[in-house]
Amino acid sequence: MSKKVYIGIDIGSSRTKVVLLDEMKNLLGYSINKSGYNFAETAKLCIEDSLKMANLCHDDIAKTVSTGYGKRNVEFADFEKTEIGCHAKGCYHYFPEEISIIDIGGQDNKIIKLDETGKRKNFKMNRKCAAGTGAFLEEMAMRLDVRIEDMNALAERSTETIKIGSFCTVFSATEVLDNIRKGKKVEDLVKGLFYSVIKRVLEMDSLEGKVVMTGGVVAHNPLIVKMTGEELGIDIYVAEYPQLTGAIGAALYAMES
Amino acid sequence: MTEEKVIRKKIRATGLMAQYMKEYFLELDHCARTGEKKVAWCTSVGPAELLHSLGFVVHYPENHGAMLGTSRIAADLIPYANTLGFSPDICSYLTSDIGSYVTNNTPLTKAYGIEKIPKPDVLVFDTNQCRDVQDWMSWYARELKIPIMGIHAPKYPSEITEIHVESMAKQTEELVKPLEEISGNKFDIDKLREVIKLSRECTELWGKVLKTASASPSPITFFDGTIHMGPAVVLRGTPQAVDYYKVLLTELEERIANGEGALEEEKHRLYWEGMPIWGRLRAHSELFANLKACVLASTYCNSWIFSSFDEKDPFRSMAKAYAEIFIVRSEEYKEKYIKEMIDLYKIDGIIYHDAKTCPANSNCRYGMHLRLEKETGIPSLILNGDLNDMRLVSDEQTKTNIEAFIEQLEEN
Repeated sequence: MSKKVYIGIDIGSSRTKVVLLDEMKNLLGYSINKSGYNFAETAKLCIEDSLKMANLCHDDIAKTVSTGYGKRNVEFADFEKTEIGCHAKGCYHYFPEEISIIDIGGQDNKIIKLDETGKRKNFKMNRKCAAGTGAFLEEMAMRLDVRIEDMNALAERSTETIKIGSFCTVFSATEVLDNIRKGKKVEDLVKGLFYSVIKRVLEMDSLEGKVVMTGGVVAHNPLIVKMTGEELGIDIYVAEYPQLTGAIGAALYAMES
Repeated sequence: MTEEKVIRKKIRATGLMAQYMKEYFLELDHCARTGEKKVAWCTSVGPAELLHSLGFVVHYPENHGAMLGTSRIAADLIPYANTLGFSPDICSYLTSDIGSYVTNNTPLTKAYGIEKIPKPDVLVFDTNQCRDVQDWMSWYARELKIPIMGIHAPKYPSEITEIHVESMAKQTEELVKPLEEISGNKFDIDKLREVIKLSRECTELWGKVLKTASASPSPITFFDGTIHMGPAVVLRGTPQAVDYYKVLLTELEERIANGEGALEEEKHRLYWEGMPIWGRLRAHSELFANLKACVLASTYCNSWIFSSFDEKDPFRSMAKAYAEIFIVRSEEYKEKYIKEMIDLYKIDGIIYHDAKTCPANSNCRYGMHLRLEKETGIPSLILNGDLNDMRLVSDEQTKTNIEAFIEQLEEN
C-alpha cells in the first residue's frame, strides 16, 4: 500500500523550500533551492529531490499546497495559502501555545501573533523598505566583500559594538563605508549589521507569549537569535527547521483540507 | 489553479452621473474661456455654497487631483512640482495638480475635450482638512496673480463649541465683500439660503445612499462610493446633485428589496479608513471582491455628509458643518465615530490606509487602530500606500497583506 504524503511548497523571493509530511506529520523529505526566475521549475526540482530523499514517488502525493511570493506560479498545487498563514501554522505545530513569531525572510519580515489555540490575533509585515530583511544582509555582504554564509562566523568573533542606525539600506551602506574608513574590523561591522536587522524587526510590533524565530536569515545566522534574546532579555525559541516553517505550514494545510 | 472571479454588479445610475459631471465640466470650461461667469477654485470642504450664491462656477482642485490619481498619470507629474521646491513627502494631490498645470497635462482633455484646467478668478480655501490646501492655492495665487482668501478652521477639537462656530461664521461673512467685488454680483442672503437648502438635500440623500450599506448584503461598495461621491463634492448646492442621488438611492433600495448585493457573494464586511488609493481603485475593488470581502463603508465617503446645513441659519450652519468634519477632529472623537460605524455597518474588519503623503487623513499613526482593536475586538490591517503617488505602493505587499487578513478572518 502506498504511503500518502502532503507537500508544502514555499516559493520565497530568495529560496524555494519544499517539504513532504506523512499523515503523522513526520517530515520525510525536504529540499531548498534558489528560487531563480522559473518558480514552477524550481518547485518541481525541489519536489523531485524531496521525493528522492523520502524514497517515494509522485503517486504517493495526496495533496500539494503552495505559499510564498511565487505561490501562484505553481499550477500543479491544489490550492494556495498566504505565507503569513503558513508560517503561523508551521510554528504552532512546533509550539502549540500563545506565541509571537518573528520571521526574517529574503524580502520581507513578519511578526505574527497567535493565541493559545493557534488563532491569529494579528500580523505585521515590514513596510516597502527592505531594511532588516535578508536582502539587506545580501547587499551588505557584497559591499564588505564577504560571503553571506560566512557572516555568522565573522560576527561571532566581534569584540566591538558598532551601531548601524539608518532605516535605509543605501544609507546603511554609507554608514558601513564610513566605518571602513575609520578602520573598523569587518567582524564588528557584520555584528553591527545583525543589530540593525534586529532593531528594524523589533520596532515593527510588540511581542506576546513565547517568541519564536523562523526564516532563512535565522536558519543561517543563529547569532541573530542569540542577540535578539539578549536585546529583549528573554529566551527565544527556534523551530526545528526554521527555514522550512512556511513550507511545513503549507503541508499541514494540505493535510487538513 | 484558476482564480475565482466574483462578479461586481454595475450601478445603472452611473450614466446619469457621467452626464451631469460632463455638463458641469463643460460649463466650467466655457465660463473660464468666455468669462460668462466668474470661476472660483475652492477646497473640497470649503464654502462652496457662498460661492454659488454669488454666481461663481466652482472648480475643486482636489477633485482634479483625484482624477490625476485614477488616470494614473500623477506619478509622472509629481516630479515637476518637486523641482519647484515641493517635497515628494507632501500632499500628492498638490504636487500632481501643480505638475499637471505646469505641463498642461490634464485628464479633462481626454474625458471632456477640455484643453486646460479652467483658470480661476479667485481662490478660496478652508484649512479644515490640512495646511496643504492653503499652500496649494497659494502657489496658484502667486503664479496666476489671482486673489486668494480663506477660512482658518479650529484644529483637533473633541467638541465643536460656540467659539469655533462663531469664528468660522465670522470668517465666512468676511469673505462676502471681496467676493462680491470679484463676482460683480451683490450678495443675496435668500440665494445663499436656497443653495444651502440644495446642499442639505444633497447631503441627506448622499447620507442615505451610504447608509444602504448597512444592509446585508450591502448594495454598494466603498469603491463604488468613491466614484459616486463626485456630485456630492462638485455639484452640491445644485439641483443636479439632488436629482442624481434620488435616482441612485432608488436603485440601491431596489437592490436591498431584492436581496441583491454589490458583490455576487459577501462573506466579510470591511470598513476602509483613510484615503482611497486612486491609482489602484479597480485593482483593489477586484481583489477584495474575489476574496468575497465587501469593503462597504468608509470615513472618506462619509466626509461629504454635512448634517448641520440649515438654510434658516446660513452662515453659522455652514460654519458648523465645515468645522465638525472628521479629519480635523481629536483622536477621542474619531475613535467614537469609528466605533459607531462598526456597529452601524456590522463590520468584521477595518482596513487603514496609511497614505505616505497624507498624514492628516492617515488615522493609524497615533495608536488608534490598536486602541480600537482592543476595545471592539474587531481586527484591523494597515496598508502602506498613497492616494496619488503610485511609486509609494507595493502591489505584492498589499496583496499579501489583504489575502492574509481575509484568511485570518476566515480561520477565526
